[in-house]
Amino acid sequence: MASAALNEQLASLMDSMYQEGLLDEQFQQLQSLQDESNPCFVMEVVTLFCDDAERIFTELDKLMSQPVVEFQQVDAYIHQLKGSSSSVGAQNVKLACVQFRHSLEENDREGCLQALNMVKREYLHLRGKLETMLQLEQRIQDYDKQKK
Amino acid sequence: MAIVADSQYHVLAVDDSLMDRKLIERLLKTSSYQVTTVDSVSKALEFLGLLDGQQHEIDVNLIITDYCMPGMTGYDLLKKIKESSSLKDIPVVIMSSENVPSRINRCLEEGADEFFLKPVRLSDMKKLRPHILKGKSKEQQQQEEQQQQQQQQQPLLNTCSNGTLLNTCSNGNKRKATDEGLSPERRRPRFSTSHSLL
Repeated sequence: MASAALNEQLASLMDSMYQEGLLDEQFQQLQSLQDESNPCFVMEVVTLFCDDAERIFTELDKLMSQPVVEFQQVDAYIHQLKGSSSSVGAQNVKLACVQFRHSLEENDREGCLQALNMVKREYLHLRGKLETMLQLEQRIQDYDKQKK
Repeated sequence: MAIVADSQYHVLAVDDSLMDRKLIERLLKTSSYQVTTVDSVSKALEFLGLLDGQQHEIDVNLIITDYCMPGMTGYDLLKKIKESSSLKDIPVVIMSSENVPSRINRCLEEGADEFFLKPVRLSDMKKLRPHILKGKSKEQQQQEEQQQQQQQQQPLLNTCSNGTLLNTCSNGNKRKATDEGLSPERRRPRFSTSHSLL
């Protein structure tokens, strides 16, 4: 596929991600910090975010499956996830975390399970698109290298 | 006063989140600072030489720390720094993901120079330099004062009227006991591999 077409695909993917609220301007900040001396910065931060999120989901699943849920610990993990989503620009994930914390105030297990599923869903949706984005960027880089 | 390039300024960043450490490091390096990152207040205290009760040569020009951390918080770190005679003039910046006015005020009252709301941006980095320069001039002032004190205690050499030298004793050279335990090499932070969350 020609480079122009790849670039177009990438641009329209990014547009849709911003429009859907998957990403906010913090992501643009990250992109502006990437340059020739740090060509993989965005990918590294995204990878750290995904590792962090998945680690937190594992811990949350454990906590939520206990007979007595320790809501304070759950809140601490969601606070962390909200922090990293905010740092990476993952707007919808961050908003889902805020929602989750509201439902935590009710100390209602069912409500919390639903809210947790919402956070996971937003995260998986974002992760899929980020993977596509990174793959496109890689293909563009490879193509540009070949041309030279 | 010599003008020092930013690349000679050293910032210590404290944050338990690996992602945020990576981000703050990149922001600081992009702004030409030397950076050391640690993942806890206790590691920061160790790096600053506050844990072993000995005096160290620390060349940190600014400390930027997250507020909310498991164990000791950024506020606790701020207090320890301000209580230390050797470190209290180092500017401290607090970062937090939550906009809580009472928290912000508490930190500023305790002596924090600035409060950043996360996510920290490149434009925030510009706010650091004035604090660093202020800290440097305080440090210089302190050094000048120390030098003056030492000069006053030097033995005074007087000549008497017929030209012979009289040696008038000083009150004993009161020098600061800084010789013991001075470690000239910079301490490297040790990164822990495990995340202790709660």
